[in-house]
Amino acid sequence: MFNSHKAVEKNSILMLIFVVITISIGGIIEIVPLFRMETTIEPVKGVRPYTPLELAGYNVYLREGCYGCHSQQVRPLRDEVERYGHYSLAAESMYDHPFQWGSKRTGPDLARLGGKYSDDWHVAHMIKPQSLVPESIMPGYAHLVNKGVKLEDIADHMIALRMVGVPYTDEQIENAYADALAQAANDSDGLDGLMSRYNKVNARNFDGQSTTTEMDALVAYLQVLGTLADLQDYKHDGTQRSGR
Amino acid sequence: MSNIEKDEHTGVETTGHEWDGIKELNNPAPRWWLGVLIITIIWAIGYSVIYPSWPTLSGDGERGGTVGSIGWTQYDELADSQVEIFERRAQYLSRFESASFEDVQADPGLYAFALAGGASAFKDNCATCHGTGGTGAPGYPNLLDDDWLWGGTIEDIHQTIRFGVRADHDETRFSEMPAFADIYSSEEIADIADYALSFSTGGSYPVRGKELYDEQCALCHADNGTGDRFQGAPNLADAIWFYGGSKAELVAQIRRPKHGMMPNWDSRLDANTLRQLAIFVHSLGGGETE
Repeated sequence: MFNSHKAVEKNSILMLIFVVITISIGGIIEIVPLFRMETTIEPVKGVRPYTPLELAGYNVYLREGCYGCHSQQVRPLRDEVERYGHYSLAAESMYDHPFQWGSKRTGPDLARLGGKYSDDWHVAHMIKPQSLVPESIMPGYAHLVNKGVKLEDIADHMIALRMVGVPYTDEQIENAYADALAQAANDSDGLDGLMSRYNKVNARNFDGQSTTTEMDALVAYLQVLGTLADLQDYKHDGTQRSGR
Repeated sequence: MSNIEKDEHTGVETTGHEWDGIKELNNPAPRWWLGVLIITIIWAIGYSVIYPSWPTLSGDGERGGTVGSIGWTQYDELADSQVEIFERRAQYLSRFESASFEDVQADPGLYAFALAGGASAFKDNCATCHGTGGTGAPGYPNLLDDDWLWGGTIEDIHQTIRFGVRADHDETRFSEMPAFADIYSSEEIADIADYALSFSTGGSYPVRGKELYDEQCALCHADNGTGDRFQGAPNLADAIWFYGGSKAELVAQIRRPKHGMMPNWDSRLDANTLRQLAIFVHSLGGGETE
């Protein structure tokens, strides 16, 4: 029996058939759960796609590699829930492509960052983290204040995201540019339109400058993190799932 | 081709292959190794029965997969792990919840409990702006001194923490100094700054500075510059400056004032933590009794 592999090794067609069978088993086990993806997303209300400005901020977050040091995933462990708040739900990152869960925490987790600090704090901290947190080892991102945020193609980003399942409406895509500018200003004329298209919008001049910069976009993104899901209504139905 | 022979030195059969006169012994894998392999396979089978593991197509059970025979979930494990700490806290919390701030201060056990909880919550939530030790940063108040913008009793501190300052909450503390660049010339503002500085330095000032101050600033900051906590108007006479105490910084602040913002923590932290924080911040050094 231990020498029977000789038969397979000497017959390339037989070898091919066995290789296909073996790889198929691994492939099916990896692929089948993806078809059941929707069953892993909790039925929690309130989560919406990012506004154009938040999406631009998300793009800055990606470009600067923030995920390298910051996770966005509060794990269901006692100390994490104690420190950061409610554990993250899959539903909260369902519109992130790619998701920003991360796996390395050089800095703190950011999943529940929204609303925790003031805009001024974020701007000053981003320019020079040590000015506010002397023991911080985070590098400064002062250049974000001087660079206009790229919004010309933000509608294209939204179209691309729609292709992978983010439910942006035609209206949202048509108004993307105007909505982004409206969100980065105090009491803009476009505010009503923006708020009719997105719920729970923070609209204000985030960085205090007259131009709409990458800092505006990034702070808008950071201020919405973890604030969208109606967690007070969410109950893990342990009885149904665990049979208790 | 295959030419299996018995190696004369070890008594083990060769694989029958030969490369340039080099032959390979066909030693079996060690028994212990094979044993571990088989045990892990059996372990995996058992694990997949006991714990949720297999995806199902029907959608029954937990999130479209098998539930596992012991019904384990991470969420239940979290709840179980919290029970123990909640129980340990409960012996204090039951009394803490109903106790007034005075009661807590009078009871050493409760007071220590409040300080410990407050210190821990402070590090997680407040230290980022107010500093790990509460020393503050430019634009973020020092909590160790007795200079309070909105009041330094436990009740005052509690209200500030709970509803924030210029925060997104109906009950938030709110005030806004006007931008005097729209009203006065640069020379006039420089005179006002001189007068405001004179409260703490005792230096000289132009008469016009005092006139304009009395007209515009005294309503909130008081005639003698001691401020008004009811409106969050800083004390100008104590040589503690929120946005810097040089004349240039004062002029900038009078021209187009910066306004700090503190989030409301009512929506983020529970009532007991908010009270613990108030007691902790009050204890840092500058807490007032009346």
